[in-house]
Amino acid sequence: MNRKYSKRSLQEAGQGYFFMSPTIFVLLIFILGPIFYAIFLSFNNVRLLGETSFDFVGLANYERVFDDRRAGIALWNTFKYVIIVVPCQTILAIVLAATLNAGMKGEKFFRIIYFLPTLTSSAVLTLIFMWMYNREGLVNFGLEKIGLPTYDFIGDPNVALTAIMIMNIWATAPFFMVIYLAALQDIPDSLYEAAELDGAGPIRKFWSITVPHLKPITSFVVIMSVIGTFQLFDQSYIFSGGSGGPDNSTLTVVLLIYQYAFKSMDTMGYAAAIAFVLAIVILVSTLIQRKLSKEENLY
Amino acid sequence: MKKKLSIGKIFLYIILCTYAVVTLIPFLWALSSSFKPLSEIVSGAINFIPQNFTLDNYRQIFIEQELFPRWMFNSVFIATVGTGLNILFNSMAGYALARLAFPGKKGLFIIILAVLMIPAQVTMIPNYLILREFGWLNSYQGMIVPSMINATFIFMMRQFFVNFPKELEEAAAIDGLSRIGTFFKVVLPLAKPALAAQAIFVFMGFWNDFMRPLIIMTDSSMYTLPLGLNTFKGQFVSYWNYIMAASMVFTLPVLLIYAFFNKYFIKGLSLTGGK
Repeated sequence: MNRKYSKRSLQEAGQGYFFMSPTIFVLLIFILGPIFYAIFLSFNNVRLLGETSFDFVGLANYERVFDDRRAGIALWNTFKYVIIVVPCQTILAIVLAATLNAGMKGEKFFRIIYFLPTLTSSAVLTLIFMWMYNREGLVNFGLEKIGLPTYDFIGDPNVALTAIMIMNIWATAPFFMVIYLAALQDIPDSLYEAAELDGAGPIRKFWSITVPHLKPITSFVVIMSVIGTFQLFDQSYIFSGGSGGPDNSTLTVVLLIYQYAFKSMDTMGYAAAIAFVLAIVILVSTLIQRKLSKEENLY
Repeated sequence: MKKKLSIGKIFLYIILCTYAVVTLIPFLWALSSSFKPLSEIVSGAINFIPQNFTLDNYRQIFIEQELFPRWMFNSVFIATVGTGLNILFNSMAGYALARLAFPGKKGLFIIILAVLMIPAQVTMIPNYLILREFGWLNSYQGMIVPSMINATFIFMMRQFFVNFPKELEEAAAIDGLSRIGTFFKVVLPLAKPALAAQAIFVFMGFWNDFMRPLIIMTDSSMYTLPLGLNTFKGQFVSYWNYIMAASMVFTLPVLLIYAFFNKYFIKGLSLTGGK
């Protein structure tokens, strides 16, 4: 009865492969193949000049990560960046979404304005902010007006990374706000009405209804932004003209990978090793995050 | 009761308006700078309305940097072709994963989900070497072919087709249409909203991409606009009026797309965010 290879099922399999063929092609040549190639590269010393040559060096590239002062600085900068930016932009996103969802008039108008930074390319945003962060720029003008000290945001190693952090919190929070907004609109109104009857105020309602309902989506948002922030590159590159300066203060892991892979000689294998270290760091931190949010859900 | 409510609302409006101003200031400042002559830029005066309004910067960027139109063309070409291929191939893959039975389907689906977890930096270096081997550095295909599918949107299209009514396809089959004919003539036209949402995000991804063109395009005539802008900054270090004018030219197309397809944005976000 159930002939496994009937004409019809063979035909359907053929159609399936036809529909999948572009995907299979790209997966093999530009994703799966390169992953194995990258593993191979990370165990080799790669020389690109003339004929590409590979010298097997074992774990030397990975060991080098721990001795490299710049790798340490890049990891530390990236780590600082993730730890500060992720919570700030998540909280800002929740507050904005909850405010917008409070049945305000002009919700659509505000949403369109808030979404502008998400649409704009990182290159343009970075240039606009560099112009504002100028010594005599708009930001310093504002700081002076309200009696605060002014800074050389682009040239001072103590504040350059902070300047990028502020810019990116501003630029990414609205994107997550829209995701939160969709989640908020799924919370049934009856819950709020019931709480109101029980005499709960707006803040009580926010903590007892809104926040618990947003937990699953928060877990998703945090994982997304951890992955995104670990990969900071464009802004640092443009801000520092590709150097990671001043004084390595805006050097991120991905910028370091880029420099070792494409800007200095014979260090491509080492760059591949750092890329794997970064991938593992990202993987571990998402796993930790997932574990934490699961444990929380138990209570 | 009513009065208390309105005080709360006023407070919320203050939050909303303050943040709207915070969002708008950088854009307004950039826009205003793009209409100022250089003398006004270097004077350090802080005024949002240009004292000597001029369109000269927009004219000058095309004269000073003769490659500017070329960069625009490169960006438009790569983003348009790349988006077209993505829509077609992601839908085909999503449809096959949702509807057709073939050996290895489950494995492929798991691989596509796993690919979502792999940071681009891992494949970036080997991809460079592979493109070099193909002779695809400094070429459009070097930018387009490796990104002509997207795991996120294959996944999204699969979810879409799983919930797609089967009856339509069955009716088309009775009318004698082949699977492939059914897909292109019946299924795809009905999937338009999902395709539009996908198109917008893929287009923005190509349009705003900085890192891949930075690696692949080393010849300045092959630059895309973000790379061009960055070079432009290097050439005209303190000509912020030019830099801001070029930035505005670059941002306008995306804003127009957003204005026309606003509702698909939200739909697309909830589709990608809902996994």
